[in-house]
Amino acid sequence: MFRRNYAAMFGLFLLVLLVLVTLIGPLVYSVDPFEIVWAPLTPPGEEATAPLGTDYLGRDILAGLIHGGVATLAVGLAAALITVVIGLTVGALAGFYLGIVDDILMRVTEFFQVLPALMFAMVLVTLFSSSLVVVAIAIGLVSWPPTARLARAEFLRIRNLEYVSAARSVGAKNTRIIWQVILPNALPPLIVSATLTIGTAILFEAGLSFLGLSDPNTYSWGYMIGSGRDNILDAWWAVTLPGGMIFVTVLAVSLIGDGLNDAFNPKLRER
Amino acid sequence: MSGHQTDRPLLQVSNLCVEFRTRDGIARVLDEVSLELQPGQTLGIVGESGCGKSMTALSIMRLIPSPPGQITAGEVRLAGEDLLRFDEQRMRDIRGKDISMIFQEPMTSLNPVFTVGDQIAESLRLHEGLSDKEAAARAVKMLKAVGIPEPQARAREYPHQLSGGMRQRVMIAIALACGPKVIIADEPTTALDVTVQAQIFDLLRDLKERTSTAIILITHDMGAIAEMTDRVTVMYAGRVVEEGPVEAILDAPKHPYTQGLIACVPQLDPNPTAERPPLEEIPGVVPALTRLGKGCAFAPRCKYAFERCDQEAPRRVSVDADHRAACWLLEEGTSA
Repeated sequence: MFRRNYAAMFGLFLLVLLVLVTLIGPLVYSVDPFEIVWAPLTPPGEEATAPLGTDYLGRDILAGLIHGGVATLAVGLAAALITVVIGLTVGALAGFYLGIVDDILMRVTEFFQVLPALMFAMVLVTLFSSSLVVVAIAIGLVSWPPTARLARAEFLRIRNLEYVSAARSVGAKNTRIIWQVILPNALPPLIVSATLTIGTAILFEAGLSFLGLSDPNTYSWGYMIGSGRDNILDAWWAVTLPGGMIFVTVLAVSLIGDGLNDAFNPKLRER
Repeated sequence: MSGHQTDRPLLQVSNLCVEFRTRDGIARVLDEVSLELQPGQTLGIVGESGCGKSMTALSIMRLIPSPPGQITAGEVRLAGEDLLRFDEQRMRDIRGKDISMIFQEPMTSLNPVFTVGDQIAESLRLHEGLSDKEAAARAVKMLKAVGIPEPQARAREYPHQLSGGMRQRVMIAIALACGPKVIIADEPTTALDVTVQAQIFDLLRDLKERTSTAIILITHDMGAIAEMTDRVTVMYAGRVVEEGPVEAILDAPKHPYTQGLIACVPQLDPNPTAERPPLEEIPGVVPALTRLGKGCAFAPRCKYAFERCDQEAPRRVSVDADHRAACWLLEEGTSA
C-alpha cells in the first residue's frame, strides 16, 4: 500500500537523499563550514572554490548545507521522539484511567499549553547550556501538549469500544489493554502528528538558531539563516539555500507521515 | 462432566445488587437478582432493553464500569467459590478461562488491527502459557471447530475481511478457546441475519453437546429461548420477575410481564387472507431506575394492577416445584 502511494514514495526518496547527503556528504566534500574560503558574499556559480557562493564572512555555503544537516535532522528527530514519549504517556494514562489521574495530568498539560512555547524554550536554553541536547529537550518539552491531547482523545474514544470489553472478558490486564489493545488502534493519527512534529521541531530549531540561541559550535541550517539575515537583500543565497533545505526536509517528512497513515489503516490494506 | 454434584449448581448468583451513581440519584440496576446454572445447562435471560440482562452478565464477570457502578450486595458462586471476594488478579484468571463472553456486535467486538488468529491465540497465551506457535496452531483448530472453511487462510485475515456471521463464529472460537465452564452469550445473534442466526444457534447447541459447557443466553427473542434453553429467567427493571423450566414459562407464564412478552411474538399465519388481529404490545416503556417507587416496578404498565401493587413490592413465590414468579396476583390466589 505504502509502495503504491507515489507522494509518500517521493517523500521517502527525498528523505533518503537528504540523509545520504548529510551522512556521506562530509566525507566527500570535507571543507570546514566555519573556514573562510573566499571573498565574502560571492554569488553562486562565480567561483569554483565555493560553487554555491559564500556568506558575509566568506564561508562556503555548500559546505554549510552539507555539514549543517546532521544537527538539524538530529534535533528534529530527538525533539519529536521526546514529544511523542511524553505526549503519548500522559494522554494514554489520562484517557484510560480518567477521574483524578485525568484531572491532574490535564491540568499539567494545560499549564504547558499556556506557556508561550518560544519564550519557554529560550529560557530553558539560556538557563542550562545551548548544547544540541538541551535544545532538543527544550523543543520536546514545549511541544508535547497537543500530542497528549490527541492521544487522550483517541483513548477516550477507544476505551469504550466493544473489543476492549472483549479483551477484558478474556482476562487481559490494564497495562496490556493500554499498550496492546488500545494503542495500536490509536496509532494512525499519532504517527501523522509525530511526523508533523519532526517538521515543526526542525523549524523550531531553525528559529532558535536564527535568534542565536542554538549551539554556536554546531553548524546547522537554522544557524546559516540566522547569520545571513542581515544581508538578505544583497546575498539572497545565504538565506534561501538553507531555507530551501529545511523546506524540503519538512515536506519529505510530512509526505511520509501521510503515507504511513494510509498504510497503517487495515481497511485500506490489500482489497 | 460433574454429574455426581447435581445438588450443587455450577454457577449460583444470589441476591445480587448493583447500583450506579448518576446525576439523577442512585439507580439500582440490579435488585436482588438470583440465578442458578447447572453444569451443561442453558439458561435464558429475557427482558426488554434496560432490564438489567447485560448488567447481570457483566456483574458475573466483575466487569461493570466502576465508578459509577458498584456491586453492593450478594454472591456469585462459581463451583462454590464466591467470585465477588476474589482480587483482581484472581478474577483475571477466571475471565476467559472459566467464564467467557460472546458479545452482541461481532462488527465491533473484534480488534480491527490484529488478525483473527492472533486474537484467538491471545487468550491461549494468557491462560495456558502456550508458545506463539502452539497458540497459533490451536487457533486454527478452534476456527475449524466453529465451522469456518479454510481455517489456515482465515486465521491470517483481519476482522473486516470476514462477514458478520463469520466474525461471530470467531468470537465463539475465542470464547471457547480455553474450554470454559460457562459461556455468557449476550444477544449473540441480534446483529445478524435470520438465516445466520439459525446457523449460530445450531453451532452453539452443537458445541454445548460436544463440550458440555453451560451457557447463559441473554436475549429478547422468545424464539431463541424456545429453541435453545432449558430454563428461563425473566427480568424487569433490574429484578427477576419469573423463573422456571422453559416449557412452563412458555406454556403457562404466571407473571403478566412474561405473558406480555410472549403475546408480543408475531406468529406466522397459516391463513394469510383472513382478517388478522393486531399484534399485542405491552404499553409504555421500562421506567427510569432512579425513580422506582416502593411497589411492583411493572405495576404502571400492568393491566391487572390493583392497589397493593403500588404499595408493596411482591416477593417471589413458588408456583411449582421449580417455577417461581413475583406477582401479587399469585399470592391473592387469583391466577391471571
